[in-house]
Amino acid sequence: MIFQGKQKIWSDYQKDIPDDHYFYVRSCIRQNFFPASEQTFLDIVHNRLGKDFYETPHHTTCGGIAYHGEAIPQETVMTIIARQFALMTESGYENYVCSCITSFGLYTETMDDWRNFPELEAKIREDLWKACRREFKVPKYLAHASDVIYKFRNEIAERAKFRLVNKETGEPLRVVEHIGCHYSKMFPSKGIGGAEYPYVLAGMIESWGGEVIDYPERRHCCGFGFRQYLVKANRGYSISNTYKKFESMEPYKPDMIITNCPGCPFFMDRWQYVIAEQTGKTYGENGYGIPVFTYEEVAGLVLGYNPWDLGLQIHQVAVEPLLDKIGIPYDKADKYKGKNGKLLRVPEYPMNIKCC
Amino acid sequence: MKENVVIIGGGPSGIEAARRIRNFGYTPILIEKELRLGGHLAQWDRLFPEGVYAKEVLQTLLSDMDGIKWFTDVQILTINRLKDTYVIKLTNGISVQSKAVLITTGFQLFQAEKKEEYGYGIYNHVITNADLERYFQNRKDSRIDDPKVIGFVHCVGSRDEKAGNRQCSKVCCATAVKQACEIKQLYPDATVYCFYMDLRMFGRRYEDMYLEAQQKYGIRFIRGRVSEVSENHEGRLVVKAEDTLFGRPLRLSMDLLVLMSGIVSSHQSQELAKMIKLPVGEDGFFLPQNTILEPCKSQKQGIFFAGACTGPKTIPESLSEARAAAVAINDYFNTMTE
Repeated sequence: MIFQGKQKIWSDYQKDIPDDHYFYVRSCIRQNFFPASEQTFLDIVHNRLGKDFYETPHHTTCGGIAYHGEAIPQETVMTIIARQFALMTESGYENYVCSCITSFGLYTETMDDWRNFPELEAKIREDLWKACRREFKVPKYLAHASDVIYKFRNEIAERAKFRLVNKETGEPLRVVEHIGCHYSKMFPSKGIGGAEYPYVLAGMIESWGGEVIDYPERRHCCGFGFRQYLVKANRGYSISNTYKKFESMEPYKPDMIITNCPGCPFFMDRWQYVIAEQTGKTYGENGYGIPVFTYEEVAGLVLGYNPWDLGLQIHQVAVEPLLDKIGIPYDKADKYKGKNGKLLRVPEYPMNIKCC
Repeated sequence: MKENVVIIGGGPSGIEAARRIRNFGYTPILIEKELRLGGHLAQWDRLFPEGVYAKEVLQTLLSDMDGIKWFTDVQILTINRLKDTYVIKLTNGISVQSKAVLITTGFQLFQAEKKEEYGYGIYNHVITNADLERYFQNRKDSRIDDPKVIGFVHCVGSRDEKAGNRQCSKVCCATAVKQACEIKQLYPDATVYCFYMDLRMFGRRYEDMYLEAQQKYGIRFIRGRVSEVSENHEGRLVVKAEDTLFGRPLRLSMDLLVLMSGIVSSHQSQELAKMIKLPVGEDGFFLPQNTILEPCKSQKQGIFFAGACTGPKTIPESLSEARAAAVAINDYFNTMTE
């Protein structure tokens, strides 16, 4: 590996990210998969970084899952997006930030289509007006929320209470970064680092003390792939993809995985349990899995948030061995307690993958 | 007094044209941007189809340079036309005048790092066709370490709209087959794959070379493109491709991958085109007056072309065109004096 070669590519694919004043839209599925991630993001940007992020309860899904699942046509998804843009316009913002990679890809695609086919934009404007009497401005700037954390990664590092370092050995943790397919594979220039060697997560890992692992199936899909999972008969493809990735990364002995997409952490986390049940194989140390995190969770960990406030108890793969490795304190007794301090139900333990 | 003829570009076309123009009784002035004459030929080891050494061809061309003036390590600053004469200012402070200017600025190889998925400049054992020729010349390249499995990727940056080059580079198929056989001569135990779209073996004996590659050297030709390259924990390359004849994806571990960088218009051609306002095609190569009847004449009076500045060509084709350009220039002067 020639590191300077990657640096050259990274320098070619940088993008300007505004300093402040963003209109934020959540993901429709992340709040079910990893419910604390978006809340953590907002807490970091509001209370740690002092940035103006506005969100409205009136926004909806972007329609991406239905679009990529071939349930709705492009004009419909564009009209949904136009409505989101109308909410931004009505709120007085120009910088649009989305939490979801699928949404980011769709917004990028839609804005590109409108640039190339203005008559399509005119039609969507008309459709939106007919549907809900709204008008919109196209965002001046579009970013994915991971772009924002990337931009402020060094500020986060300055405020960090923990680093991605093994407290016993002082060695950097070995981190796999997994980028959502729709981040930059369709429009390489819209992603930090481009499509082949994205830097958005690698930059965070470097700033926070970890070591990035490049492995042969790095670019491969996590396994979600929309119809691979959404069509029940195809789920064998989904788990096969995930299995291929874990087999490929296994020789590098990663300590953790960091992702920036709603589906990726879910599938890479949950399928480890299924692979263990089906084959008896686990990929982490001592019979555990490899913990998979969202970038907000990792930012929260290095900033010293309580792991259970970050929702890490929702993960299938146990995170405690990694917390111990870094030296992040946690109270075992609190793991399954709700915000009100009452014990929630404790999940059953799986057969083959070790859990705490 | 003998008329000057300025020739811009000191590759094989420029050298051969200079010799022929001199034979017609003119004074050729050859201008080369590099430190020595020879162009890409000077950096190549052997030429297809017979495997003639490029060095021998170049030595033959350079063995008869009497009466030819040349400047190396020099660029063109400006070209202006005063009546029927071009005044050319050079970066060495010299100005030359000529009623006829021959452009032989050749080509440059596509920058393989632009095809990011192939990992040139990222992964240690990915090289280009030009790198391999240098290795054949001096046997020194830390990226080539007793390879057991070797791949050649045809059409890197050519016939590729995503790379901005729709044109076929013409000579890469034959070069890949030649290089595959040569590396097999060096490493007889190696397994060698060629990933191709079409094999364009258009020249005499090229098809024989292709058959020999299969029958004598056992090169495995796979019709399909490489989709991505990565590196495994042992430092070997992992190459993903598609075999379109079998209709199945492939994943191979390799020790060396050679990218056949395509031919694109040179920077110098592009600068000259802007300077003299010469039309170029969508592919960036100069557009001659008439591609069939007058391939050596530009659309401007007194400006001529030879070699790969008007599109990819083999060495014999470039040399023939250089001779044709010398005839066209002689005709041009004769017409002026009539």
